[in-house]
Amino acid sequence: MRFRRSTFAAGLAVAALTLSACGGGEDEPVTEVEESPEFEAGTTMAELAEADSITIGTKFDQPLFGLRGPSGDPEGFDVEIGKLIAAELGIEPENIEWVETVSANRESFIEEGRVDIVVATYTINDARKERVDFAGPYFVAGQTLLVLEENTDINGPEDLAGKTVCTVEGSTPAENIRENFPEAELSLTDAYGNCLEPLRNGQVDAVTTDNVILSGFVDQNPGEFKIVGEPFTEEPYGIGLQKGDDAFRDFINDVLEESYENGAWAEAWEKTAGTVLETPEPPAVDRY
Amino acid sequence: MDAIIDNADLYWEGFTTTLSLAVVSGALALVLGTVLGAFRVSPIPPLRLAGAWYVETVRNTPLTVVFFFTVFVMPQVGIQVPFYSSAVVALTVYTAAFVCEAVRSGVNSVGVGQAEAARSIGLTFGQSLRHIILPQAFRTVIPPLINIFIALTKNTSVAGGFFVAELFNVGRRLSNSLSDQVPWVLLGVALFYLLITIPAGVLAGWAERKAAFAR
Repeated sequence: MRFRRSTFAAGLAVAALTLSACGGGEDEPVTEVEESPEFEAGTTMAELAEADSITIGTKFDQPLFGLRGPSGDPEGFDVEIGKLIAAELGIEPENIEWVETVSANRESFIEEGRVDIVVATYTINDARKERVDFAGPYFVAGQTLLVLEENTDINGPEDLAGKTVCTVEGSTPAENIRENFPEAELSLTDAYGNCLEPLRNGQVDAVTTDNVILSGFVDQNPGEFKIVGEPFTEEPYGIGLQKGDDAFRDFINDVLEESYENGAWAEAWEKTAGTVLETPEPPAVDRY
Repeated sequence: MDAIIDNADLYWEGFTTTLSLAVVSGALALVLGTVLGAFRVSPIPPLRLAGAWYVETVRNTPLTVVFFFTVFVMPQVGIQVPFYSSAVVALTVYTAAFVCEAVRSGVNSVGVGQAEAARSIGLTFGQSLRHIILPQAFRTVIPPLINIFIALTKNTSVAGGFFVAELFNVGRRLSNSLSDQVPWVLLGVALFYLLITIPAGVLAGWAERKAAFAR
């Protein structure tokens, strides 16, 4: 009886469903934290800077973007972007409270004010814009497929007819498959990490979500999985915030643009996802 | 209200899955739990020990952890079944512990004189259990068994997080796509659960009256 570490990783992902983290990381932020920045009274920025703390929702189970190990804070590109924004508000990384937001609860957590912003591989789309506003995009991903290394019969989404595909209920990838590839059978769970064990065991034929997330899984499990086909969607990742808070949205967009200019964005990428993936060109923010 | 009506087919799918999980696991747990209950009242110490060990272990393990074992760990040791079956195994194993305790308390409620009388006319332990004790015990255990079944019905929702498309999973899917009607979506889910649990309660009342007997 040989247990793989992955079982326990999956277990932790399940266990993490009900946990949320706080506390602080010790590593150096990519930008200097502003000394007492000045904001117009009454804005969200002023409130957050005044309180000297911010609550950020992110994923806890996505390697390279937001992954929380057995101890401490989540790590990844989304987390670094969160730290960048906090730094411009004069908030030290250790004063950020990280909250797990799974695909299904992101809008409601923003609406209810349980989190100030969400940086969680969060695709900007029109349905979501009804409920929340987005700063960014700060990155553009694309949906693709993950299969076992030895698999030869799935080379793209058109091969999914009659196959079982694992993804997360309530996410964009699940809706995409339902709409565009109705022949595929969906197995749905609440965290992408849960899909890996069934894929290994052959209970599902493929896992689908954004290419960058899948890259993280490939990287974590050398020689086990591969990504097939070209990305078949465009997923612009944005930063979710309260609907109608335009001043805050402009502020975050400014922070993003500045980080493109001064190299902080590239540095954040290279520290995290860049260990596995090429450094892309940052996308233009959309000030809709 | 539209949320429920427009998605009636989805709800129905979720409802039938939830119902079949509850009924199949309930029936299997009834069998397994009765066997375990017999273990716990048997005159053979190793069997008693095994029964007690099972109950104490499983009863004190969170259901999610039991699911985790059947869904992720069983395939690793070569037992690979569809997700639905994993869910049935988890729910059966978990519920059987509670059934066992209900059966045991039922057996203990049968007067010791009954067992002695059975032995004095030459019945073996197995025979006296089958013909004398269990029939009387079952009458006593109908109310707690229905309680267990109702709890089981609600526990099936855990399967929703483990790849089984039951009511809870449907609710999550709809509350995502109909974010402006979440209360209705959830109300719909609740109604379908009541559709299982309320008849179960009514059935319990009827069965109890039916099985009433003078001690």
